[in-house]
Amino acid sequence: MSHDHDHDHDNQLDPMTARVRALETILVQKGLIDPAAVDAIIETYESKVGPRNGAKVVAKAWSDPEYAEWLKRDATAAIASLGFTGRQGEHMQAVFNTEDTHNLVVCTLCSCYPWPVLGLPPVWYKSPAYRSRAVIDPRSVLEEFGVRLPPETRIRVWDSTAELRYLVVPLRPRGSDGLDESQLAELVTRDCMIGTGLPLEPVSP
Amino acid sequence: MNGPQDLGGQMGFGPILPEANEPVFHAGWEKRAFGVTLAASATGAWNIDEGRHARESLHPADYYSSSYYEIWLKGLESLLERHGFVSADELKAGRMLSKGAVPKRVLKAADVAAGLARGGPCDRPVAAPARFKPGDRVRTRNFHPKEHTRLPRYARGRSGTIEAVRGGFVFPDSNAHGRGENPQWLYTVVFDGREIWGEGSDPTLTVSIDAWESYLEPA
Repeated sequence: MSHDHDHDHDNQLDPMTARVRALETILVQKGLIDPAAVDAIIETYESKVGPRNGAKVVAKAWSDPEYAEWLKRDATAAIASLGFTGRQGEHMQAVFNTEDTHNLVVCTLCSCYPWPVLGLPPVWYKSPAYRSRAVIDPRSVLEEFGVRLPPETRIRVWDSTAELRYLVVPLRPRGSDGLDESQLAELVTRDCMIGTGLPLEPVSP
Repeated sequence: MNGPQDLGGQMGFGPILPEANEPVFHAGWEKRAFGVTLAASATGAWNIDEGRHARESLHPADYYSSSYYEIWLKGLESLLERHGFVSADELKAGRMLSKGAVPKRVLKAADVAAGLARGGPCDRPVAAPARFKPGDRVRTRNFHPKEHTRLPRYARGRSGTIEAVRGGFVFPDSNAHGRGENPQWLYTVVFDGREIWGEGSDPTLTVSIDAWESYLEPA
């Protein structure tokens, strides 16, 4: 199993590599952590858990009104029914965009994010620029993502200050009537489930 | 605490910079820092609230000049020192010098998948009935504790409306400091943008937080 130590044969490690390596060495020597467990954690979030999970939830909500109702009422259970549970998704809330309201999710205090449905957050979500401005001037944040909403569209910002994790369910795109769930899931971007994007438009045949 | 983590409404951090290729990790050390942090927290020596407090307790200059996983690593080092697992001399030497505290448990690779899938639910029963109900007008308390809190500065001393009662949840302000879970009712409170940001605020804006009962008073 690879530990992905990029500089095993270098004499000069960059400072952060050296610092993490030292800490991991100490913890392994003391028996506090198992390096194989560290590998398994990394592997999970690098290649198993990501936003395609959330896309399946949204696509199902778009195509199954009963599921959408369940998701609205008890998102944790509705999402768990598709197999997506666990760390940083213990308590889920789905928030639905409407014709007149657009939802945007942020964590101004750290970087709370629904890992089981979206994977680990992107760098920008964790950055001071996003965390500071999303609550005070979300319209300019959206414009930096290329999303220009009509001025009358209400913006609802959800600051994840507790252990509830939010999933935005965007409006189903026009012209997607004939698509099945897996085709619909292809239209669901990671950003549209945070609120910094809109779903893709279906490609005309 | 009014630490560097409390970013809502601050200015001057520049544009948001989405990446084109978005790697999950940007260096080999980042993934080790992430994995080691989760594996070490599985010892159960500290909880998520104490972990967050360790990060927000970094000096502001250090916090703002550190990348995300640098902040994680520095927080982890201070937690390990505080709980007697690792000494400053060992961190400097890069090797074990003495055994240190014995962990309650050690996460094994075979248990990772189940442990991550289980997570750490923090809803708890609360004996007293909820003080507020949806539709109630409330005002957030204006306090500035030196310890951990999850009431952001921008939302202190503000009037809003209870939108939902979310149930009983572990209270971070005490849990972060080893004073127990003390679960309280948690509410989603919605504020008008103008109530928080005043003149010039986007008139369509509403912002909500999830607030524990002791953060709130009737308005």
